[in-house]
Amino acid sequence: MTTTDDASRTGHDGHDDHVEERIPFGRNPRHFGIDPGDPWPDDVPMDQDDSRWRYQDNPRGAKWAERRVAACWTVTALASIAVCVVYQTGANNQLAGLCWGLAFGGLGVGMILWARDLLPGHDVIASRGNHAISHEGDRIAVAESFGRGTDAMARRPFLVTMLGGIGGILGLGALYGPISSLGPRPHTDLYHTKWGPGVRAVTEQGDPIKPTDIPVDGIMTVFPEGNIDDALSPTLLINVGTSDFDVQPQRVGWNLPTPGGNVVAFSKICTHAGCPASLYNVEKKQLICPCHQSTFDVLLDCKPVFGPAPRSLAQLALAVDQDGYIVSQSDYTREGGGPVGPGFWNRG
Amino acid sequence: MTTHKERQSQDKRYQITKGALDEVDERFSSSKWLVSALDKIFPDHWSFMVGEIAMDSLIILIVTGIYLALYYVPSSTEVVYAPTSGVVYHPLVGHSMSEAYQSVINLSFNVRFGLIMRQAHHWAALIFLAAVFFHMARIFFTGAFRKPREINWIIGLLLWQIVALEGFTGYSLPDDLLSGDGLRVIYSIIQTIPFIGTWLSYALWGGRFPGTDLVPRLFVVHEFLFPLVIVGLLTAHLMILWHQKHTDFPGPGKTETNIRGSRVWPQYAMKAGGLMMLVASVTFFMAGFIQINPVWLYGPFNTYNVSAGTQPDWYLGWQDGALRLWPHWEFRSFGHEIPNQFFPGLILPGILLTLMFAWPAIDRIIYKDHDRHNLLDRPRDKPFRTGVGAAAVVFFIDLTMACGTDLLANNLHIAFERLIEILQWGAFVGPIVAFFLAYRTCLALQRTGTHPIQRPIGGIIYRTAEGGYHTVGDVHAAHGDHAGDNGHAGVAHAGIDKASAAEHAPDPVAGD
Repeated sequence: MTTTDDASRTGHDGHDDHVEERIPFGRNPRHFGIDPGDPWPDDVPMDQDDSRWRYQDNPRGAKWAERRVAACWTVTALASIAVCVVYQTGANNQLAGLCWGLAFGGLGVGMILWARDLLPGHDVIASRGNHAISHEGDRIAVAESFGRGTDAMARRPFLVTMLGGIGGILGLGALYGPISSLGPRPHTDLYHTKWGPGVRAVTEQGDPIKPTDIPVDGIMTVFPEGNIDDALSPTLLINVGTSDFDVQPQRVGWNLPTPGGNVVAFSKICTHAGCPASLYNVEKKQLICPCHQSTFDVLLDCKPVFGPAPRSLAQLALAVDQDGYIVSQSDYTREGGGPVGPGFWNRG
Repeated sequence: MTTHKERQSQDKRYQITKGALDEVDERFSSSKWLVSALDKIFPDHWSFMVGEIAMDSLIILIVTGIYLALYYVPSSTEVVYAPTSGVVYHPLVGHSMSEAYQSVINLSFNVRFGLIMRQAHHWAALIFLAAVFFHMARIFFTGAFRKPREINWIIGLLLWQIVALEGFTGYSLPDDLLSGDGLRVIYSIIQTIPFIGTWLSYALWGGRFPGTDLVPRLFVVHEFLFPLVIVGLLTAHLMILWHQKHTDFPGPGKTETNIRGSRVWPQYAMKAGGLMMLVASVTFFMAGFIQINPVWLYGPFNTYNVSAGTQPDWYLGWQDGALRLWPHWEFRSFGHEIPNQFFPGLILPGILLTLMFAWPAIDRIIYKDHDRHNLLDRPRDKPFRTGVGAAAVVFFIDLTMACGTDLLANNLHIAFERLIEILQWGAFVGPIVAFFLAYRTCLALQRTGTHPIQRPIGGIIYRTAEGGYHTVGDVHAAHGDHAGDNGHAGVAHAGIDKASAAEHAPDPVAGD
């Protein structure tokens, strides 16, 4: 839309054949961010004509520009129909992506070409306007208005202080209950797993295990019977064969001898960030946590030998029940390096 | 050249528009604001589009996200996957999984166009964050955060944080094995907070990890809380931008008190709409052709499995990398412990974010600059700031690479231990080297006046038929000339002015 000065609009009813002489766009200060009546700023050129567009003086170019836009939008139209066909004929993901990509892309390219070639408004210089900093008078007025209120309040200093305190207490009263209800207190929950005296170790399928089920260099994830979903309980049974396994004095009798070698049990929960330390390097007898590459030497009681983990994986004391199945002697203990899993503030 | 007929139809259209706008004005007295809005100028520079790309991605995310929410079931209830109709994903048949995971599998395989909507949503999120990072870097390196725009810098940083968290919660919703391990790591980081850590983790998860409360809570946070905050902050971000007007690079005819660019109506509106369509186009091409987050391959979450190649989405890679690079230290005394993951998980990002939030103040102190600025710095103008930014970028890249140590080690045939050691050193040495390289480069560029990726200057001198000489650089000296410029021509750098004038002088340029 081209525009004229406000003055020339007055009395113009628009129903006659009178064609007025439109005043060039660049003359109206408003269009350049200048308040009418203010002096024209030095840094806003007066001779701008921003009604011009790229192909204005090139009718042939303009015609081709129009065709280019129309071609782009034709792509959009065809792709939009095509995507409906794609839907009806099995909704192939790649074809859908192709059609939607072309549909949006055609529209977008067409719009940008239209703007570039056929629409005015390029490269205009205008004033940023003087509203950025208010007049000193206005600033004083604000300070005074604000002061009127604060002065009146400051006459009651006790109430001002109390309002601050009341805000805090109300916050406590309003939030304490709802937030507490979100979850239980941890108390000593993190110190315990579902292992305990005589709890059977079972596989993912719930089957109990005998020591001989784990071949030499074999590794098996086991759970306390009935608690496969507990996040702190998953434990690895490893048959270290006849390797020189370091048995600490306080952990004597925790391992299960088999004809092929010793079966030992360590927590699967990494002491760094709690991922399951799932990878076993048989040659080096090392457990590696896939999340952050903490590496534990099984023969050294799963001491961390590389990576960010600060502590050994906890060891579980094993025994065999009267049916020959593997059970735990107790929950993870301090002597075994517990509590299991990543550190926490009150772990100590 | 306008014909009589065209004039008549223009007049008619004008009457209709005027009538409608009069009706609006009689209700909102909006004319003064509308004229300034329609005639508003936005400067043209390619780097200013990146923030727009972020906003366009957000719109795509909202639209696709609403669609996904129609199918997603926010429930941890265990079910056994045994579909009786539709497409069946056989490897999972008979496996137990949460209803949430099952709903994502069904959405991917059994809802026509469900998969492309899911993938578009995920790709749009990755593009969104990429645009946010780039936008942030642009603001930093050009000093756009300076007075009067410090508040918008802070709002922008908040947006980045919330958007990253929004991305993480969305990534966690499918309740697959990969995202479940991400949640396990976050849980273990929250546990480490002194005094309240274990209590807070139990409050958020409703008890011991993983529990059954988290999935519905994540859903509320991802679908309601964070989007509300993001849209609110973005509205403030844009209103402030609108009110303060956009910054611009220094250049011919540009001053602190004027602004040079395209009018909102129709030029900028049409271009911005076109850009939004292009962002949608790229997003849906990617959604169609590039697989993202195939949760059916990862399997449902359980507490005892994890595979190698465990990476978060790219924008959180630096956090995960920090966890991998941090040495195995932790501190214990008086019956309490500050665990290992507290430092890389909370202290490091805490320090970095504090520095970023405080940067406008730090910058003001360093440069003793309390003035208001509308014209940007070129990065070379402030070597120290540019050096700090380069160091931060290199640190970020180093940590992001660290989050892929397992993949990199595999592909580069290096032991992952060596790679981690290299990246540990890199986290210290890299930023220092980057700082000095950037610093020296800035000084060198100041001396030569050459733009690093544009042709070197050499003014073009014309000899006239009469035997006189003139340089085209003079064109810009004349007031009011606004031939196209490359956006880098500083008023204080006359050499550049001449170069850009030489580039553009032969073209007939609109607006002249």
